[in-house]
Amino acid sequence: MKLLSTFRFTYLNRRGTTTFRSLVDGSFIPKPSPSSIFWLAIHSLCCLISLILGFRFSHVLLFFLSSTSFTTPEVNLSHLLQVKPNVTITNSRVTVGRHGIRIRPWPHPNPTEVVKAHQLLKRVQNEQKSLHGVTNPKTVIAVTPTYVRTFQALHLTGVMHSLMLVPYDVVWIVVEAGGKSNETASFIKKSGLKTIHLGFEEKMVDTWEGRRRLESKMRIKALKVVRDEKLDGVVVFVDDSNMHSMEFFDEVQSVRWFGAVSVGILLARSGNELSMVPIQGPSCDSSGKVVGWHVFDTKPYGTNGKGGVMKMMMGSKMEWAGFVLNSRLVWEEGGGDDRPSWVKDVDKLLDGDEGVDDGVLSLVKDASMVEPLGSCGRRVLLWWLRVEARADSKFPPGWIIKSPLDITVASKKTPWSDSSSKLPVVTKETKNSKPRGSKGKSSKGT
Amino acid sequence: MKLPSWALIFLTCNLTFSTISAFRLSRSQPTERISGSAGDVLEDDPVGRLKVFVYELPSKYNKKILQKDPRCLTHMFAAEIYMQRFLLSSPVRTLNPEEADWFYVPVYTTCDLTPNGLPLPFKSPRMMRSAIQLIASNWPYWNRTEGADHFFVVPHDFGACFHYQEEKAIGRGILPLLQRATLVQTFGQRNHVCLKEGSITVPPYAPPQKMQSHLIPGKTPRSIFVYFRGLFYDVGNDPEGGYYARGARAAVWENFKDNPLFDISTEHPTTYYEDMQRAIFCLCPLGWAPWSPRLVEAVIFGCIPVIIADDIVLPFADAIPWEDIGVFVDEKDVPYLDTILTSIPPEVILRKQRLLANPSMKQAMLFPQPAQPGDAFHQVLNGLARKLPHDRSVYLRPGEKVLNWTAGPVADLKPW
Repeated sequence: MKLLSTFRFTYLNRRGTTTFRSLVDGSFIPKPSPSSIFWLAIHSLCCLISLILGFRFSHVLLFFLSSTSFTTPEVNLSHLLQVKPNVTITNSRVTVGRHGIRIRPWPHPNPTEVVKAHQLLKRVQNEQKSLHGVTNPKTVIAVTPTYVRTFQALHLTGVMHSLMLVPYDVVWIVVEAGGKSNETASFIKKSGLKTIHLGFEEKMVDTWEGRRRLESKMRIKALKVVRDEKLDGVVVFVDDSNMHSMEFFDEVQSVRWFGAVSVGILLARSGNELSMVPIQGPSCDSSGKVVGWHVFDTKPYGTNGKGGVMKMMMGSKMEWAGFVLNSRLVWEEGGGDDRPSWVKDVDKLLDGDEGVDDGVLSLVKDASMVEPLGSCGRRVLLWWLRVEARADSKFPPGWIIKSPLDITVASKKTPWSDSSSKLPVVTKETKNSKPRGSKGKSSKGT
Repeated sequence: MKLPSWALIFLTCNLTFSTISAFRLSRSQPTERISGSAGDVLEDDPVGRLKVFVYELPSKYNKKILQKDPRCLTHMFAAEIYMQRFLLSSPVRTLNPEEADWFYVPVYTTCDLTPNGLPLPFKSPRMMRSAIQLIASNWPYWNRTEGADHFFVVPHDFGACFHYQEEKAIGRGILPLLQRATLVQTFGQRNHVCLKEGSITVPPYAPPQKMQSHLIPGKTPRSIFVYFRGLFYDVGNDPEGGYYARGARAAVWENFKDNPLFDISTEHPTTYYEDMQRAIFCLCPLGWAPWSPRLVEAVIFGCIPVIIADDIVLPFADAIPWEDIGVFVDEKDVPYLDTILTSIPPEVILRKQRLLANPSMKQAMLFPQPAQPGDAFHQVLNGLARKLPHDRSVYLRPGEKVLNWTAGPVADLKPW
């Protein structure tokens, strides 16, 4: 106990050089005996070591060295830690107090590491997809009726990019009115997808209603190919002017036989009171079964001008785009899984002409067996849009300006200020060469 | 060269041994079995392995305090309250103290809250002393062992040191009367005064229902690399920085504030839980104390915790192999955090996510009401059961006294 109190005293008065002095002056040790001097010498040596090393190595060591002479071997070591002066140094490398804020010399992102991090992110997301996504992904068979016109490039680009992003296998069946053309063929070749390009003999007509009927026929032709080639997967009707979300393709993977999704109908309005986008889609009861359909009602749009056009376009029938089918539905009888009894005779539809006007819903006898997708139709997964240029519009074939354009017209007013002949004026020889203004030219192909 | 403190090395060397084996559960998410150094113990059932006697203290020690401030039920120190409720209705409880292995003293020392909701620890030592005096005078079991078979829940910042400032907490040390008792606390740091050998570290309380209600579908892709929301500088208490978090949080901010991989800020978004589920790594740096509820949240939401706290002892360290689950970064390596995290191989990251997805891991971090098998309450009981049977030295000879009832600051000796 005496030694312990000696240590305590020296720690309390630790001022470096005054250690020895206080020991000598303090009267804790009555008379200097050889053993105590020896211990003090050892202790001072350890003090110096601990000053260098920074913790109470000496205390611990000496306690254990001297513990053999004590009769309380069970003394809890926590006593040791509590015989502590008000120094904040503990037996660990972690100290309390003010620390510096470590900033590295160039505290900015390293591009190599950013790339590595993105690769890690991709890897983790792939793992997530394989864990939570679809287990057996089915091929997506996309049926697109199209024909060569001004806006074809615009629409097909959108559809092509959507299909290229689909993470499943895609078979793109493109049916072209007016026969196969090089334009369309070269376009769809760029997609890199597996494509089936079909030609349809009839040329596209000008009226909206006629276009509807023709497109139905074209889709039926595509379904015939699905039947004949025994393509396996999910058939989706991807009209070239529609816009699809990626969730649409994830959602259709869960179709068993016949599914319906909600389609947002995007129409140009004449700007009156209607502010909500009409939706075509299934309507379910609380148990999730289809009990009815939301159809597009053309009445509010009137019969004048644009309204009249819309009416003819939509009628009261449902768009093919809102339905998806399991391709086995159109396979021949007896060749594959049993078809559900609520499906009518497909061959009659495909080979005949009657079912065309009623839409794809004519395939099912019992509409309640249709599977609603996208949380029972509450999520709109694609948008229907019909935007076309004027019927007499011309566009450069392949969108490459090889020969001069037909009509060039000098602009009468330009938005930028009058600057003189500093602007380089590119003149082109045209058939009707008019004198051009110095403000540059604009050419319009209409 | 470092000499470890002998008194605390038992706790730490257990962390170096762990074995993991993988197997696929019937669910779609493959998970890995969690085995810590104590073995495959997360799913052990403590019922039948130990008996706990709960002292009936006057309600001024527990119920009345709770009535005065019901916020104690939802803050991160609520474990002490729920522990008592759990034990009162648990099958391990015994009404016969003669057959009990462990004795529990239900005293709520962390329920004296400021208007902001932070607990004040100034009266806690006196409250604890008064409770111990009560049980020592009314029951013989305290004097039999001087508390060595009693356990207390002290979830405050620095455990039984009862102070929120680290220097003052170290100065006070653990309450002398709790020298021999087992402490169940959230604080854990190796070689620290306020963590005594044999303590059980538990996670801080996080509300289970609130977290469950913010779960998002598992297929939402994890697109954030590193996520953190919280203070970097505690402007109120430490404006220049350097004291708070030992400068580690400030270092994170200064080094990575313009790094697009690090989504870190001091905002309080309403989508905090959802964002954690969209992140791969969640930073869990120390604050004024090394532990934080972020660890619990990261485990629940499957985000790999990046623990920046030197020498920290994580909850249930002998049952959960934290080295395999989280990433430990020394405070001195914080400026190179991006290099460290991007150089982790993808297989290791996927394995950590599988371990985190293990439902027994998530259960072990929660305090659900009512208690469910495998939750934090049961892990505490498992930890207590692993300490049985009591050593002979626990029982003192009659008349033998080890504790010093007058030790400690004079202010603590006043009655409560």
